[in-house]
Amino acid sequence: MLIYTLKRLLQAIPTLLIVITISFFLMRVAPGGPFDGERQLPPEIEANLMAAYHLDEPLPMQYLRYMGNLLQGDFGPSFKYKDFSVTELIMQGFPVSLEIGGLAILLALIIGLPLGIAAAIKRNSTVDYLVMGTALTGIAVPNFVIAPIFALVFGVLLGWLPAGGWNGGALPNLVLPVVALSIQQIAYIARMMRASMIEVLGSHFIRTARAKGLNEGEVIWRHAIRPALLPVMSYLGPAIAGIITGSVVIEQIFGIPGIGRYFVQGALNRDYTLVMGTVVFYGVLIVLMNLIVDLLYSALDPQIRYDD
Amino acid sequence: MTSESKPYSGEQRDGAPLPAGGPNPPRAPEPEAGAAPIGESLARDAWRRLSQNRAAMASLALLIAIIVVCIVGPWLLPWGLAEVDWNAFGTGPTLEGAHYLGTDANGRDLLTRVLYGGRISLSVALVASLVSLVIGVLYGAISGYLGGRVDNYMMRFVDIMYSLPFMFMVILLMVVFGRNIFLIYAAIGAVEWLDMARIVRGQTLALKRREFIEAAHALGVRDTKIVTRHLIPNAIGPVIIYVTLTVPKVILLESFLSFLGLGVQEPLTSWGVLISEGVDMMESAPWMLLVPSFFLAATLFCLNFLGDGLRDALDPRTR
Amino acid sequence: MSSLLEIDKLSVTFQLPTGPVTAVKDVSFTIAEGETMALVGESGSGKSVTSTAAMRLLPELAETTGAIRFNGENLLEVTPKRMRRVRGNDISMIFQEPMTSLNPLHRIGKQIGEVLIRHKQLKGQANRQRVLELLNQVGIPEPERRIDSYPYELSGGQRQRVMIAMALACEPKLLIADEPTTALDVTVQAQILDLLKSLQAEYGMAILFITHDLSIVRHFADRVAVMRYGEVVESGRTLDVFEAPQHDYTRMLLDAIPRGRKEPAPADAPVLMSGRDIKVRFALKKRLFGKSEYFEAVRGIDLSIRRGETLGIVGESGSGKSTLGRALLRLLKSEGEIRFEEADISGLDKSGMRPLRSRLQVVFQDPFGSLSPRMTVGDIISEGLKVHHPALNRRQREAEVIAALEEVALDPAMRNRYPHEFSGGQRQRIAIARALILKPELLLLDEPTSALDRSVQVRVIDLLRDLQKKHGLTYLFISHDLSVVRALSDDVMVMKEGRVIEHGSAETIFSNPREPYTQALLKAAFLESEAAA
Repeated sequence: MLIYTLKRLLQAIPTLLIVITISFFLMRVAPGGPFDGERQLPPEIEANLMAAYHLDEPLPMQYLRYMGNLLQGDFGPSFKYKDFSVTELIMQGFPVSLEIGGLAILLALIIGLPLGIAAAIKRNSTVDYLVMGTALTGIAVPNFVIAPIFALVFGVLLGWLPAGGWNGGALPNLVLPVVALSIQQIAYIARMMRASMIEVLGSHFIRTARAKGLNEGEVIWRHAIRPALLPVMSYLGPAIAGIITGSVVIEQIFGIPGIGRYFVQGALNRDYTLVMGTVVFYGVLIVLMNLIVDLLYSALDPQIRYDD
Repeated sequence: MTSESKPYSGEQRDGAPLPAGGPNPPRAPEPEAGAAPIGESLARDAWRRLSQNRAAMASLALLIAIIVVCIVGPWLLPWGLAEVDWNAFGTGPTLEGAHYLGTDANGRDLLTRVLYGGRISLSVALVASLVSLVIGVLYGAISGYLGGRVDNYMMRFVDIMYSLPFMFMVILLMVVFGRNIFLIYAAIGAVEWLDMARIVRGQTLALKRREFIEAAHALGVRDTKIVTRHLIPNAIGPVIIYVTLTVPKVILLESFLSFLGLGVQEPLTSWGVLISEGVDMMESAPWMLLVPSFFLAATLFCLNFLGDGLRDALDPRTR
Repeated sequence: MSSLLEIDKLSVTFQLPTGPVTAVKDVSFTIAEGETMALVGESGSGKSVTSTAAMRLLPELAETTGAIRFNGENLLEVTPKRMRRVRGNDISMIFQEPMTSLNPLHRIGKQIGEVLIRHKQLKGQANRQRVLELLNQVGIPEPERRIDSYPYELSGGQRQRVMIAMALACEPKLLIADEPTTALDVTVQAQILDLLKSLQAEYGMAILFITHDLSIVRHFADRVAVMRYGEVVESGRTLDVFEAPQHDYTRMLLDAIPRGRKEPAPADAPVLMSGRDIKVRFALKKRLFGKSEYFEAVRGIDLSIRRGETLGIVGESGSGKSTLGRALLRLLKSEGEIRFEEADISGLDKSGMRPLRSRLQVVFQDPFGSLSPRMTVGDIISEGLKVHHPALNRRQREAEVIAALEEVALDPAMRNRYPHEFSGGQRQRIAIARALILKPELLLLDEPTSALDRSVQVRVIDLLRDLQKKHGLTYLFISHDLSVVRALSDDVMVMKEGRVIEHGSAETIFSNPREPYTQALLKAAFLESEAAA
């Protein structure tokens, strides 16, 4: 297990290298520089700035320097938030994003799995149609539509919950963004769980379990759920990636100071180092999450042993 | 008729053995060969099954309606895409001035803009899905057919691509190269081909082991013919199913980018852009959010329903 | 003897979306305590539905009428709760699919122990002791170690033994065995049947044995009921039914054992194909550096077939017999020398082989997998013509297709249909027509009848026999079914683990097998006694 984990981490290195390299060179071929902003700077000052940020060096040099700094966890300075380094911004935003995203994925599992199981057990019943119809709506209405409508209805019109803002992560401020972020994943997970559960319930070993004289509760609880979870587990990687991506708009809409918002703002402000820093950070995050999901999968399926 | 139709034969039914009493119902016994309509191909069979699915057919009808309206509508409406009605800034739906769904804050007709936006969103869906289809099918079929070491490397490459934070790379691309519709086509297509490649490769590998491919080799059929006559027609079902899943994903991706302000540029618009504008105005002019949202959601809804229906119709297991 | 189970006018109707389908109609029979009753029939006869109905394990859309009385209690009327007390406790069941009937995520000890917890409230150490005892009884080696195995770590035969252990755990009065040996190799089949017999004696239980295999019935059952289209057409003591069948269908089933022997090919017939030291290996793990791992499927085989002869290749799954056949036709890469009419063909590339392809044809086992579902039967059959006789025009090709279909006794009007509209036997005829249209000299028959019902099998074999006589074909006949091989072959090769362990004329091999493995195979296939009968 340990060896497998280490191996996977090693395999992640080329992936991350690709991400970093592409991002780095994309930015350097981009038209314009970081300082042709609001007002024209005098040439010497610009030259000084370029030198200060080592932008006057040849590209390969810059690349190596960037990589060297990265290894020390330094993403360089932000061009727009002049007083902060990108690392500082990410470290400020990450706990916030983690809280929202973690809660959203948790909510998606807590609601999505039971809904899918219920729909599968009561297949072709009203419950099933209701759950699946709702799920399809959840998939068809994107989160950037749901989020503002939630904010309008529950925040502005009804006034039950704050329509935006973070307020240090107070519970009322968390509800709307977390729900908006998880709805789509709830829908996907419920649909997948239903399909996978139906398949398992039709399998031979479930027939065996019934032939043993177990009652339906025991059959489902002891024999059906765990095998049905396997395909859903392998969807968890993409689900997490989806939540991370979704958090970008959700944070924007609700004005939450997470990484997603820095990312969008960085992109709109041409704050290249910030954008690149967040992309690399997200890359590491997604790679790590996939690894964790795979390890979880192996915990569920005895047939998979990561021992070589 | 054949000797198999003699009374003792259990053979007409051996294509559909009753399962050993598992929780699944038995399939209906295969119709006597004489009773089946002559030469019903799998495609026609699938269409017959699909057309019995009312939800899918309603979705198909609505989808066609949306597409037709988006294509034809702008010619029939009196307003242009960026045309400003100086008498109507941010009015609600009204017959006056023919603003059936109101105008935006700049006095532009919302229905006109939604339909133009639909053209963009749908064209992105079409082109980007095609791009992903072509790349994915070619890549997957080559990888699966060649097999062995080549397959190994090609799939390793796909694995690496998978773990890239693609969404963010696309955004980075848009930031760097500016918001250009062709870039959107290419970028989204380039993201979505990975799944398609995997599916086609899996199909190809599975088909390669099927005995009818071996039989074709035994007949001396050339490789190119085997690919075109046996592999592709048999892999097409799953590909169609996957395309119907890709199209809504692409539409969503485009509107996501547009919503973030990274999609198409003025004066062009798309549903994502309109929704984003609607969000800013939603307290004073909720129709600006609701109308494009409705179009987007209805399209996605129909595509998903249609995809589900197609999957049921084409999946041999539900046969 | 009092009757333990009494099935009284049982009917089962499935309410399918396409309309009601009656799978079982007015079936009645009884089983006495300790007796073995066989329910025999071909696929679709309703035999499995009947037995599953007795456990009340049919899906909800099945409507069941009549009565199933177990010790006088009508199981169709008891509460679900009462029924669950019966299942696994008084009546237990084993199934056809040993590979998938166990939960892949639970250790086998736990799965067996679950029954004991459920019905006997046996927990903890006592539970484990009983499970070990059961594993021992069903002949699982090293039960102490195996009790903690997962199903994937066991072979098919071992999994079926685990299923039996689970079924016997509560010492049921009735065991329903639904084709328990069909998915297993013949030698394993025999072991499982022996095991069931000895356990039956030990536990004194009755067995309801569902099977399509008449030879098993004869050796195993006290009484038998023959089913067709959901009805019992004949029942009685096994001996009586076998000696004096009353119903035409029973007679036909009993007759459906391939009989007769092949007329030998002329002694001076030239050798058509020969192979020397043929080896095939598959890469298991490819490594970039270091040694790749290989599985040797065929490990050095010599053979030769004369024109007009049939060489039978016999072996269990994994013996390498199909691989050898494909290698001889150069459908797989192999080492060693292959000669066809004196010429060495082992070095030919694809285009070099192409002219020979029309002379070397093949019919595969799976009638559902060997025809492209997207092509019409006419296109499938004429595909070879397009390759080898490109000069033919449409009409000429059509005429050839019609002739080929007539030759395999199919209605030529069916050529515009698609394969999914045909039954298994018909598809196999189509596959034969596809091969024959090229007028081949050597036909590789890879288990061509194994997926078919007995009665259909016999007719396909008759067809193959007629065709061989008519066209002077040479057959390379691969099968695990010894009775079919005996009826068709001049020479027989017995394969095991990639090697030929015995080779000789069909007569010698079947009447006087030398190797213990061949003897075991023959014994398992019940051929000795059939020859005597």
